[in-house]
Amino acid sequence: MARTRLIDPKGWIFLAALAAICVIVPLLNLGFPPGSALHLPTYLVSLFGKYLAFALLALALDLVWGFCGILSLGHGAFFALGGYAMGMYLMRQIGSRGVYGNPILPDFMVFLNYKDLPWYWLGFDHFAFAALMVLAVPGLLGFVFGWLAFRSRVTGVYLSIITQALTYALMLAFFRNDMGLGGNNGLTDFKDLLGFNVQAQGFRVSIFVATGVALAIGYLIARFMTVSAYGKILIAVRDAESRTRFLGYRPEHFKTLAFTISAMMAGVAGALYVPQVGIINPGEFAPTNSIEAVIWVAVGGRGTLVGAALGAVVVNYAKTVLTGVMPDAWLFALGALFVVVTLFLPRGIVGTAMEKFGGRRAAATLPPEPEIPPQLAEEGQGS
Amino acid sequence: MTRFLALLLLLIAAPACAQAPSPYEKFASDNYSDIDAGVAGLAASGDPRAGDILAALSDGRLFYRPADKTLFIKQGPALSDARTGAPAPADDGLKLVRANTRIRRAIEAAQGQLNLASPNAGRRREAADAVFKARDVAALPALDAALARETDASVKRTLTEARAAVLLVKPGTSEGDRLSAIPPIQARGDGDAMGALRGLSADPSEAVRAAAAKGIAAIETKLALLNAAQNVWYGVSLGSVLLLAAIGLAITFGVMGVINMAHGEMVMLGAYTTFLVQELIRAKAPGLFGWSLAISIPCAFVVAGAVGVLIERFIIRFLYGRPLETLLATFGVSLALQQTVRSIFGPTNREVGAPAFMSGAFDLFGLSVTLGRMWIVAFSIAVFFGLMFVLRKTSFGLKTRAVTQNRRMAAAMGIRTPYVDAMTFGLGSGIAGIAGVALSQIDNVSPNLGQSYIIDSFLVVVFGGVGSLWGTLVAALTLGVANKLAEPYFGAVLAKIGMLVFIILFIQKRPRGLFALKGRAVES
Repeated sequence: MARTRLIDPKGWIFLAALAAICVIVPLLNLGFPPGSALHLPTYLVSLFGKYLAFALLALALDLVWGFCGILSLGHGAFFALGGYAMGMYLMRQIGSRGVYGNPILPDFMVFLNYKDLPWYWLGFDHFAFAALMVLAVPGLLGFVFGWLAFRSRVTGVYLSIITQALTYALMLAFFRNDMGLGGNNGLTDFKDLLGFNVQAQGFRVSIFVATGVALAIGYLIARFMTVSAYGKILIAVRDAESRTRFLGYRPEHFKTLAFTISAMMAGVAGALYVPQVGIINPGEFAPTNSIEAVIWVAVGGRGTLVGAALGAVVVNYAKTVLTGVMPDAWLFALGALFVVVTLFLPRGIVGTAMEKFGGRRAAATLPPEPEIPPQLAEEGQGS
Repeated sequence: MTRFLALLLLLIAAPACAQAPSPYEKFASDNYSDIDAGVAGLAASGDPRAGDILAALSDGRLFYRPADKTLFIKQGPALSDARTGAPAPADDGLKLVRANTRIRRAIEAAQGQLNLASPNAGRRREAADAVFKARDVAALPALDAALARETDASVKRTLTEARAAVLLVKPGTSEGDRLSAIPPIQARGDGDAMGALRGLSADPSEAVRAAAAKGIAAIETKLALLNAAQNVWYGVSLGSVLLLAAIGLAITFGVMGVINMAHGEMVMLGAYTTFLVQELIRAKAPGLFGWSLAISIPCAFVVAGAVGVLIERFIIRFLYGRPLETLLATFGVSLALQQTVRSIFGPTNREVGAPAFMSGAFDLFGLSVTLGRMWIVAFSIAVFFGLMFVLRKTSFGLKTRAVTQNRRMAAAMGIRTPYVDAMTFGLGSGIAGIAGVALSQIDNVSPNLGQSYIIDSFLVVVFGGVGSLWGTLVAALTLGVANKLAEPYFGAVLAKIGMLVFIILFIQKRPRGLFALKGRAVES
């Protein structure tokens, strides 16, 4: 097979669209005074920024689900951990401006009668350290978890269930006040990041653009990983793990690396998400959130990267609109989306388009669509 | 003191001469001493109406007719004869039996002691227990009298314990009496007994102190054992809940291999069916309320089972062999079901009542066992063996096993495999609905009910070994007991987290669970 280009046509479209958004949104927000018909309110900038952060999470999920067949129902955990790392930095930046005016301890610690800062909070007053932790904490968890699970050849449904148990356990842990991370209130009331006020319009626009850039970089990394020789083996592992093993590769190594990088990307997404919404709490660990992220990928198209990002934006936009207009209808719509996409659009929006217009070459990288009549179910693929 | 002497005399005299001058006449007087004696006499008489009369006296509703000294109780405008309770005609010549502080105090003491002389053994034991806890020296004469009279062995034991406890606090008890009072208290062996013995730590006698310390140590050992047993029981109780929640999944996931994320919602549907059935019974036939749960069980099975069959026919059958897609589709179904129930019944908790036979608790060798929990344990075991029976001994179960083991061969033998698929899925869902009936008794019936069980259920099935019903049983009980034994040391949340982490690590070691199926079928 010929070498696949790093950026294919749909990648160019994606990057161009992303660049356009990163120019137009700030322009509409900063370039036109409030009241002008073309003015984009700052809250919408943050909302779009939130979508982009979700898109990065979806991208991370697609890397493992679309390209090595690991359906993680716990990616929300990595997202939330990255968010907490950022939240801890933001908490330390509040300094003595908190309600209790304690220069060292965040408000909730004063409230809970902490005397000293717990050891794991040390260093979070430096942005560089916090940024490192945004990558390191989810990455380490992803590495350890992936290494254990893949080495023991836990696959398919079992893996999905234990990833779900992982995020559930973390949620319970973070809900505890003794955890020293704000209990069920989480971390909030942020003041500034790198000296910029997080409420200010300029900051909101900057972090929006930063999220867009992170998404582009994330896309390029994921794309690089999947078109390289490494990516070919990853796809081989996804489609026939045992056969790849018999050919002499170690599937667990490939899977662990992909899982770790994916976890780090999810962590970055969480870190960019938190300053834009202004709060991080244990609810982000809820298993439902992780499953919702899976549907973003499924809607957009599993194994297409661009589709995952698109799916995240489309589904979340629909969520914003629907919960505003008819709050009761949203869960019906989301539930129906899950059913309809799995039954009638198994390759998602982008995957279906690639199949139609992209020719055989493009479709070859997509996950196989099992065409097994129910009568032969037990002879089907294991995953 | 005279009061107690009088009381003592009367108590001793009462059984001997039942026809002695009635205490009732004492009330027909202006003299507080007479009334006091009447109260004491009444307390000793054990008359079932004594309680009413004392209450009337205390409230200022007790009257007497000076002419023949008959007593009357006034209840609103109505008058009744105090001794017989029969209604009496109005009478203008009645005089109020007065009560002052001294009398009221006597009434209080008498009411406590009345129960010691109650004809009902349970009441007597309660009264003796109350004395034990209060260690009221004043009750000693009444205790002695009651002891002399008592025939019921268990009440007698309680009375002896109470008497011993009182003796220990009574000033002037001889050393020998104090020593001999310790064994019965030690034999009682609960927290109150320990309290009674702890009171001896400053006893002047070396021997008494040593005996008390030994007694305390013995009680502590016993309590620790009891505590462990209690925790095991709580664990079994939690395990039975896990079993109920997971057992339907053991069919749909374990036997059929369908990742049914809507399983929790089947449980929720069962709980809401119970709610509806109870509402219907309340409205139409309140007399049947005791049977409401029994009626709900088949209803819940049918409702959840029917929904399960629909899900299988319209969604899952297109997704066999694609477990991850099934997972997503059924998760969508679960969201839609939750929202449907929320739209119909509202987001708040619904009240599901407990029939009389499920409320209350009993004491088993010092273990307190709530009846509701006991029924749930029994119920989950019954459901488990019922399901076992269906799968092992019926023609339908045979077909189910045939289809899951080798679909093509089963089809070749003439089994309608799609029909069996739908029915098996319906069975698993129906069982989940039945679980909902039981869980409605211990959990909030809200649209989110199912979500709190779904992760646990999956973990139980995976831990036990997919496809093994026995594995599910063992896993549910193990996890329940381990969780409850860990809880006192780590707290509920940490124990739960520890359980989750344990299962995550366990699956690394044994990816197919405790009771893994062996053979080639596993590799497919």
